[in-house]
Amino acid sequence: MRLLALFLISCSAVFAQVPFERIVNADKEPGNWLTYSRDLQGHRYSPLTEITTQNVARLKVKWALQFPDQRMEVSPIVLDGILYITGPNSAAAVDGSSGRSLWTWKRPIPPDYHSIGFGHTNRGAAVLDDKLFVATLDGYLVALDLKSGIERWSAKVLDYKVGYSMTMAPLAIEGKVVVGVSGGEAGIRGFIDAYDAKNGQLAWRFWTIPGPGESGHETWSGDAWKTGGGATWVTGAYDPELKLVYWGVGNPGPDWNGDVRPGDNLYTCSFVALDAATGKLRWYFQFSPHDTHDWDATHVPMLFDASIGGKNRKLIAVANRNAFYYVLDRATGEFLAGKPYAKQTWAIGLDPKGRPIPTPDSEPSKEGRLVWPNANGATVWFSPSYDPQTGFVYVATREIGARYFKRETPYRPGTIFPGGGEDELPPDDAWGAIKALQAETGDLRWEFKLHSPPWAGVLSTAGGLVFSGSDEGNFYALDARTGKPLWDFQTGGPIGANPVSFLIDGHQCIAIAADHVLYVFGL
Amino acid sequence: MRALATALFSILLAASTRGASPQSPPATAVPLQQPDVASGKRIFESHCALCHGLDGGGGRGPSLRRPKLNHAADDEALKSLIENGIPPEMPEAWFLSNEEIASVAAFVRSLGNVPPEILPGDPARGKTIYARSGCSACHILNGDGSSFGPDLTDIGARRGSRRLRETLQNPAKTVPEDFLLLEATIASGQAIRGIRLNEDTFSIQFRDQQGRFYSFRKSELRGLKKLRGETPMPSFGAALSPVELDDLVHFLATQRGKP
Repeated sequence: MRLLALFLISCSAVFAQVPFERIVNADKEPGNWLTYSRDLQGHRYSPLTEITTQNVARLKVKWALQFPDQRMEVSPIVLDGILYITGPNSAAAVDGSSGRSLWTWKRPIPPDYHSIGFGHTNRGAAVLDDKLFVATLDGYLVALDLKSGIERWSAKVLDYKVGYSMTMAPLAIEGKVVVGVSGGEAGIRGFIDAYDAKNGQLAWRFWTIPGPGESGHETWSGDAWKTGGGATWVTGAYDPELKLVYWGVGNPGPDWNGDVRPGDNLYTCSFVALDAATGKLRWYFQFSPHDTHDWDATHVPMLFDASIGGKNRKLIAVANRNAFYYVLDRATGEFLAGKPYAKQTWAIGLDPKGRPIPTPDSEPSKEGRLVWPNANGATVWFSPSYDPQTGFVYVATREIGARYFKRETPYRPGTIFPGGGEDELPPDDAWGAIKALQAETGDLRWEFKLHSPPWAGVLSTAGGLVFSGSDEGNFYALDARTGKPLWDFQTGGPIGANPVSFLIDGHQCIAIAADHVLYVFGL
Repeated sequence: MRALATALFSILLAASTRGASPQSPPATAVPLQQPDVASGKRIFESHCALCHGLDGGGGRGPSLRRPKLNHAADDEALKSLIENGIPPEMPEAWFLSNEEIASVAAFVRSLGNVPPEILPGDPARGKTIYARSGCSACHILNGDGSSFGPDLTDIGARRGSRRLRETLQNPAKTVPEDFLLLEATIASGQAIRGIRLNEDTFSIQFRDQQGRFYSFRKSELRGLKKLRGETPMPSFGAALSPVELDDLVHFLATQRGKP
């Protein structure tokens, strides 16, 4: 009988290794990192407590793994001692104890594939049941067998020949895998797709640029919507109770020349809340109407509950690329709070509904206009972190301006469609910081200054720590309550990835990709 | 209307000989054209300035305002680089014709290379002035001298005569972007001045005038002053006569590097 029970348990492990309930209840197994942000709420927070403010100074490299590709941006998935990592059109399972790979998978990048506006990269995978889901540069969502890396199915999401691509980690929800697309600098028409996790059938598609007859189409003129951008290249979040998928939408196209697309250009530079069953739009909130600065709203949304005005609210928050921090009601999209968290010169402020009031002379011009922040924004794709212990949101912040200029760019499918560009300030005039903001208000609690604007995300832990990396290769730990630096390590390469934390052999580890090396640290 | 004409011109250019893209109609009737810096500039502003800046001064990508490019030793290499990109960071310009690529290359070359000028003064006398003024105590020129200040071997290709003159008269006003004088105060209270070699959030490395290297954790320093707009170079505005200044500027302007 006992044997049978064991057999049944092991069968269920094989056939449903990561049922959706495990992801929903991620806090019950803090030793694993089961989805891009560890939880569906986009927190990038680890409840592990072995590494603390008292002992973090003893953190050491346990192993390192070299990749063939530079500037790895992967955020690993960690499941029962195994790390699942991805690169451009590749994935691998790595033994967490030894750092030795267990299987690898590769899909050739077609010779006529072009990355337009970004490098060849991949930011991670999703896991559900017995499969690992990887999005490829050339537009396939691939389901791999968790145990072997053998392909179970693949679905063609997009046509790379007209400028689409994929770099983000998919998001696994109940029975479905949700993906977004890159190509905002190539005049694509963006969308968000959900596929049946079992067989790769398309469940629904949400076009981020509404077509004729659809609500929001009136915010475009002529045929501009056809090349309107609205890429969806960063992983979203999910509320399993409201059953809403939250996703950030990128800039309109062409990026810097808004003359050819008068109007607000919905749903670019917005958060959209989609019904998980149908993909129908429940609400949207546009951060930068008629954007002309490349300020995608492609950020990981942070979902949390907090008291506002004495009332407990279900909230969604984001530190936006446009340098404002926003707090919305995540059931309705209602604007509740917003304020700048970094230097900005493009808006006088936000009106009572959260719409920005632009300053004069902040639009790109022929000669160029100096505006803060620059086109990469006050923060970019890399993840923020929400720490339920402190109630703070930690944001890797970029303090840099640029001279924005506008040019004519004829649209040609599969080529860059910028309509201008920017001249960044010299390196010594720019800086970076990790900023701790009060989650429900955006009030600054502390900041830790960095030598240059960062490209790495933030992890917070229940050990009272915040981890992040610098463009000069420093991987470091700060006190989550004060921002005081407690430990740092020179990795030898620029860090443009998100840290994760997990258990290996019962002990807490921290992992970060730095250039082409994945480091795993422990005490 | 003019914008429309420019756009049509670009489209026509793009539809020329290579036809690498299925979107480009085959076009053999367009005659071959010589590289044209002005049209290269237009294409650069539309497709390259996004990363390299409107004036090639750099941004997401490196500055191209230099006589020697790290990834392109000569014009052929530069054209090949524009066509093929540097995977994975720099995209290929597969959609440009050979003529367009040549024009972009000509424009890029024009960014970093100061054209020779007709100058007053005698470069031979300038060479003597360079030697007796002690310049080599801080600068290397054609392999000789000390390395505290910038290498001057190709200074004539990097700087025009006006800028050279200004630097000799008022060096603090023209400190190069990557040249930072700093003063670090160590635990004993001693202040050390040097030129920054590297820096990150937690540490800094620099070299003093005697060529000694220093590396400190920033947290162990009592003070760290970045002396922006300051330079150890003295002004030669008063030390040299106007004629001597002409001679020295002319001498420096002829220093265009090794072939």
